[in-house]
Amino acid sequence: MKSSASSHVSTTNPCRMCRPMGACLAFRGIANSMVLLHGSQGCSTYMRRYISSHFNEPVDIASSSLSEKSAVYGGAANLKQGIRNVVARYSPSVLGVVTTCLTETIGDDVRQIIAALLVEEPSLREVLIVPVSAPSYSGSHMDGFHDSCVAILERLASRPIPNNGAINIFPGFISPADIRHLGRILADFQTPAIILPDFSQTLDGGISDVYRRIPVGGTSLEQIGQMAGAAFSIEFNVTSPERQSSSALLESLADVSGERLPLPIGLRNCDFFFQALSDMTLTPVPARYKEERARLLDAMVDAHKYLFGKKVAVYGDADMVLALTGFMVDVGLVPVVCASSGDGAEFTRRISEATAGLETRPAVLTETDFDRIGSGATEAGAELLVGSSKGNHIARRLDIPLLRLGFPIHDRIGAQRLLHIGYQGTINLLDRLTNTIIAQQQDEYGNGYSYM
Amino acid sequence: MKSDKRIGIEVIPGREGHICRKDAGASAETVKPAGQSGPDIACNRESMAGAVSQRACVFCGARVVLNPIADALHLIHGPIGCSTYTWDIRGSLSSGPELHRLSFSTDLREKDVIFGGEPKLYHALSELIEKHEPRAAFVYSTCIVGVIGDDLKAVCARVEKERGIPVIPVRSEGFKGNKNEGYKAACQALFSLIDRAPRGETVPLSVNILGDFNLAGELWMIRGYFEKMGLRVVANISGDGRVADIEKAASAALNVVQCAGSMTHLARMMEQHYGMPFLRVSYVGTDDMADSLLDIAGFFKDKTVQTRTEELIASEIAALAPELEYYRERLKGRKAAVYVGGAFKAVSLIKAFRALGMQVAMVGSQTGKADDYAQVRAVADPGTVIIDDANPLELAQLMNRLGVDIFVGGVKERPVAYKLGVAFCDHNHERKRPLEGFAGMVNFAREVYSSIASPVWQWVPRAAAAEGS
Repeated sequence: MKSSASSHVSTTNPCRMCRPMGACLAFRGIANSMVLLHGSQGCSTYMRRYISSHFNEPVDIASSSLSEKSAVYGGAANLKQGIRNVVARYSPSVLGVVTTCLTETIGDDVRQIIAALLVEEPSLREVLIVPVSAPSYSGSHMDGFHDSCVAILERLASRPIPNNGAINIFPGFISPADIRHLGRILADFQTPAIILPDFSQTLDGGISDVYRRIPVGGTSLEQIGQMAGAAFSIEFNVTSPERQSSSALLESLADVSGERLPLPIGLRNCDFFFQALSDMTLTPVPARYKEERARLLDAMVDAHKYLFGKKVAVYGDADMVLALTGFMVDVGLVPVVCASSGDGAEFTRRISEATAGLETRPAVLTETDFDRIGSGATEAGAELLVGSSKGNHIARRLDIPLLRLGFPIHDRIGAQRLLHIGYQGTINLLDRLTNTIIAQQQDEYGNGYSYM
Repeated sequence: MKSDKRIGIEVIPGREGHICRKDAGASAETVKPAGQSGPDIACNRESMAGAVSQRACVFCGARVVLNPIADALHLIHGPIGCSTYTWDIRGSLSSGPELHRLSFSTDLREKDVIFGGEPKLYHALSELIEKHEPRAAFVYSTCIVGVIGDDLKAVCARVEKERGIPVIPVRSEGFKGNKNEGYKAACQALFSLIDRAPRGETVPLSVNILGDFNLAGELWMIRGYFEKMGLRVVANISGDGRVADIEKAASAALNVVQCAGSMTHLARMMEQHYGMPFLRVSYVGTDDMADSLLDIAGFFKDKTVQTRTEELIASEIAALAPELEYYRERLKGRKAAVYVGGAFKAVSLIKAFRALGMQVAMVGSQTGKADDYAQVRAVADPGTVIIDDANPLELAQLMNRLGVDIFVGGVKERPVAYKLGVAFCDHNHERKRPLEGFAGMVNFAREVYSSIASPVWQWVPRAAAAEGS
């Protein structure tokens, strides 16, 4: 194999998912909702498999199953039939109608088709049908994710209503365990909170004695409507443009002031979050979290020598990578590759800010693939990979460990229960990171050892 | 919503014909879905919009068939998702190069969609061939390529000329039909590879293995059997496949075709063009495995081959009998549901379960065709529900209605079964232990038993299926 040119036009082993994928994930966090992908049959099946393999949950996503004829003459008939069938079978309250590369390219006017359908069949007006444009040839899954949140807010929370004192949280794409943890934090601040989207149950459901067509859980339409009356919003998203910011949208449409914070991973980011909550609710940080913070500090001290100077390549969604990078710098790890699945000047700028104190700056990659991440990791002598399970090929090739987190994790179980955020999530992360490094050292150390 | 009285589950209007029951007491030949004339079961049609079909698309069909060719470059011409979701999807093992485990894409962007993707395709192909030095390249078209009208053929021809390796376009636009169309597109690509090579003399006592994808090393096992029988294998198509072998495929004496749904088309083309005979076989289950080997031996009418084959079968069956009996004792009387990609495999699975003393109460496939379903009906027990192109709600209702103990399918069906409190066996791409061949039968029994016999089910109630939300 010859060495790779840096200016190649092809992609090898993508790190990015397509736009409709993010839309499917976001809608999954809305109560009693379904998604219909307007495109060919394969898109929905691929995404179902991809999501289902990570969460180990049934994931039903409908398709308008376009044929050759509809690709030529337009997909209106299929889309209408698809909507009718999904509504008849699943009785959703919300139906996200998400386009794909095919229907964007043939130029179907989805809004107009839906409007015509509602005239033909007024009973469908009982379902909130939310069209989302998701051309797979532009942007990434995170664009589809944020666009979907914005689209549903535009429909349900677009004008000011009386203040209800709640806090809106737009967490971005985090794990079900993370969402549950957020709920608990807000409860401990004794403040009503509305989290959008909330797939903490729909993508991490328990066993029950009834198999539901649409799993229970998710942010209800009523709650989403109430977001317009919240006291303020917190959004864990510092990398998207303003038009994809849910908190910015509510601020402009419903006068709900909002703050965009980095994901609360790492001591520093968690402090920002807890301070913001404390300021906004005029409530001191509950004792439980002061203790967790102290425990995190204790864990950082316990772990510091194992971590110091270790070179790490980290990849994933922009906000996640950004937060992880900051955390790593704060515990003495050295990020050598920081790679985002999406595009973003903002990501690059912030990574450079977060790593300003390092002797050697990391390679910053955007809209990247695993070929480039692998080259970067090799060149920089990375000793550890952090990100989704898709880095496994690189880890095996370089014979370095991979700490699996984020999405997707397709070769382990329990991804939905990984806690990444808050002081507690950071402690978990720190322990996993440190033990990964220790396990490797132990393996390499002759016969292993019994005490550290 | 229509309730299907014959089966007792709800189906979308228009899907009734895709489900039937093999009526108790009727002979296999006369069974028809109750109250219907015409074709026995509706199948091989486009999936219904909004039905949440378990099928993928044309591209997927082509991708899974060709992908195991390990020293070829597989370049997906399209937006990123098609490449992301099919990276290393098949789990096919290779004894040498592993180029097939990389997922290459032209990652088409908006400007390519507007101005055309041919320049990007040309550069991507050229640089990837330069870098990886593959023996051939397959270029898959995806939905939008079919719409924007890139001339794949012209670009491939140009690069083939410049680089001196076969560069073959695969016409696999996702919307062009169902997965069967993708299989066909793959077969056409394979035939094009075979046909551009000079045809050598026919090798006596030789076969090509068509339709095995070397999941968990299954193909190696099958090759081992053939070698013991005294046969030579010219080409594996496509598990652990190599371009140079496939180019020689026309010199084999016989094509043995498993996964008939995907590969019969290629066998037919080779029969038509080269007069090469083919045999449909199945390596799933001891009976079908043994019958397949005997059929192949029978074809060659060679005494030594015949004797060796009989000895092989006898020794393999004797070796696994005690362990199989162990599982049979513990599994007999249990009920299974089977939902797989092609109906041909379903036939073998019915027999394999029967060998374990189990009954298959429901059997279905994504892409079965009329003759496959005729065979399913012929083999199935009376009362068995037969379903084509099912969806999760239908499957959930059937699992519940029929009270099955285990579901056999792919990864999308697994969580559905588990939520219903039903055991599961993966018989799709993700399997990590061979389920084919004689040894595979023991693994299969162990897989089934390790889920059915797990103590976890004592805590998990059988859920009522798919109640309204």
